[in-house]
Amino acid sequence: MLSIQNLHVSIEGKPILKGISLEVKPGEIHAIMGPNGSGKSTLATVLAGRDLFEVTEGKITYMGKDLTEMAPEDRAREGIFLGFQYPVEIPGVSIVNFMKTAVNEQRKYRGKEPLSASDFLKFMREKKDLVEFDSQLTNRSVNEGFSGGEKKKNEIFQMAMLNPRLSILDETDSGLDIDALRIVARGVNKLRSKDNATIVITHYQRLLDYIIPDYVHVLYDGKIVRSSGKELAMELEEKGYDWIRQEYAGNGR
Amino acid sequence: MHYPMNTMIQNQETEKLLRETFTKNRDTIERFSADLMNRRRKEALEHFMQEGIPGRKTESYKYTDMPGLFSPLLHMNLQPNHVHMDVKEIFQCDVPELDTHIIFLVNGFLPPNSTPLEELEGKVLVGSLAEAARRHPELLEKHYDRYTSLNPEGLVSLNTAFAQDGLFLYIPDGTKLERPIQVVNMSVWEDNLMIQQRNLFILGKNSAASLIICDHTLAPWRFLNNAVTEIFLDEQARFDLSRVQNENNSSQHISHTFARQETASTMTSNTITLHGGLVRNNFYALLNGEHAENNTYGLYLSDRNQHIDNFSFIDHAAPNCTSNQLFKGVLDDQATGAFTGRIRVRQDAQKTMAYQSNNNILLTDEARINTKPQLEIYADDVKCSHGATVGQLDPAALFYLRSRGINYREARLMLMYAFAHDIISHIAVPPLRERIGDLVDKRLRGELSRCNACHINCGKLNY
Repeated sequence: MLSIQNLHVSIEGKPILKGISLEVKPGEIHAIMGPNGSGKSTLATVLAGRDLFEVTEGKITYMGKDLTEMAPEDRAREGIFLGFQYPVEIPGVSIVNFMKTAVNEQRKYRGKEPLSASDFLKFMREKKDLVEFDSQLTNRSVNEGFSGGEKKKNEIFQMAMLNPRLSILDETDSGLDIDALRIVARGVNKLRSKDNATIVITHYQRLLDYIIPDYVHVLYDGKIVRSSGKELAMELEEKGYDWIRQEYAGNGR
Repeated sequence: MHYPMNTMIQNQETEKLLRETFTKNRDTIERFSADLMNRRRKEALEHFMQEGIPGRKTESYKYTDMPGLFSPLLHMNLQPNHVHMDVKEIFQCDVPELDTHIIFLVNGFLPPNSTPLEELEGKVLVGSLAEAARRHPELLEKHYDRYTSLNPEGLVSLNTAFAQDGLFLYIPDGTKLERPIQVVNMSVWEDNLMIQQRNLFILGKNSAASLIICDHTLAPWRFLNNAVTEIFLDEQARFDLSRVQNENNSSQHISHTFARQETASTMTSNTITLHGGLVRNNFYALLNGEHAENNTYGLYLSDRNQHIDNFSFIDHAAPNCTSNQLFKGVLDDQATGAFTGRIRVRQDAQKTMAYQSNNNILLTDEARINTKPQLEIYADDVKCSHGATVGQLDPAALFYLRSRGINYREARLMLMYAFAHDIISHIAVPPLRERIGDLVDKRLRGELSRCNACHINCGKLNY
């Protein structure tokens, strides 16, 4: 589904990612862990197509298509979803209107008729229930005045609405209390299928108690320094990231 | 535009020409107006000659070229019966399906085939100012040309000297008008034209009314409108005024709105500027009784070479009053704009709450806005704030919308609409709020009729 080969990415001439390779197949959950500043969020944002970053080397192929030149909206229509680490507040745009526009643009891209107002509301109700999203919130402006937990739940709600093939969840667990974390994880697990894949980016092992990954990768200084099964997360939790720093410092520079 | 060194000389020439026009046509002006209005003309003209047309050296006109608007001097139609048309047939309102009592004005006059002064439920009077002056001199005696003193400048006096007609609205004490009144101001002529419209709205004690004013041009010429509106709100009166300015790109509109508010009265105005070549709106409010509230909101959307300048002056003369000013603008292409917001809190006006905010989005490097707050506070126990921002659309928000599959153009529109929504949400009448929301959306999409491509068929007009 997703194939990243030797990806190098810079921002304003400063290299952030220094040769990442990753293969993701349908049905898989990959966790990407690593200390702050290792490039985790950059990887997530580059996959979604933010033009702040420049791909200087390497290739990203998604469903057989070259992603690097694709506009963010086209990536989304092809089934890529980014759950933002810091969801943006957009005063004046209601979640209903936002999602209606997004869902119908994606339907149009797939040659489907737009949903009628009543069908859309019905569809939205189902998805809200599925991911336990507070029904009052959808009438409000996107993320405006939302608590940290509400913002993250809103990301999962949007994921449910758009039904992506590849979801990239960027530190969806940060700033969540344990109850919110459970709700978010339950949502992700419910949306899981054999046809879609998820990349979970996290600093802590905690989320991985609820969303069980098939693979865990450790990102450090712009490179994946270790890949293994879910037991790697336990090891990181126990030992922290210091040993990685000690082991790999210098090698990557 | 550039200004020759001898602007002052040209200026004086313009003013002399205006005086000549006045002297030569005084009989005609007075014949098509009313005695009460005629009585003020001479003094007003003298005041205008003394003050002149404000130039760039006048602080409040620094960013907008007023003398340029009057040079060369445009023709004025001083006889009202000059346009014959069935306005209802040719005019298709951009605010449809709104249940309003609708009144049309053509070049500042009530057209000859309409009822000059109507009486609505609750003894409400609405119609021609000149007719009201003839039939109800006691009302005009008390209120006409009484509330313009906050602005000692010449243009208001110029209007008083030449104005013959305009809209008159009278809501008696205790009357609450359920249905909004909608006024459609149309400018139409076979050539460039100067218009001096004069409006007067009187709201009695504990009365309430909503008024919608739509400004349109029905011909592609240069229309210069120098309009004065006086509004009196007696104790506990409530007045909602929404104004939609949608004129052609050669048109120039100067509006001076003066509100005088007595105890516990509330006035809210929303001025939505959708199109216009040059627009200068002056808003003045005198809060003259305790617990009066004034909300002055404005939204301007401009592109190409349009220039939009809003000036407001809220004068807190009594304690415990509240005022809110919020102006927002989106400027595209080479559009320019200005905002000046003045708040004066007089010495006795303790416990004043006065807020002001001006936010702008510039879509191009060439678009420009000048924004300036002016606070004069002479009382010591007050809450006042002001703020101004100039920026671009938030790239993070744009990316967020696009990352859900919404295309770039649509995402931009959503953000611009959201920015504008802040003002629209203050419109009190829900159907009107919705309609104006649609209009703003259309405007941002570039689908709103411009003068030379609109559904109004100018060819149907007979002059």
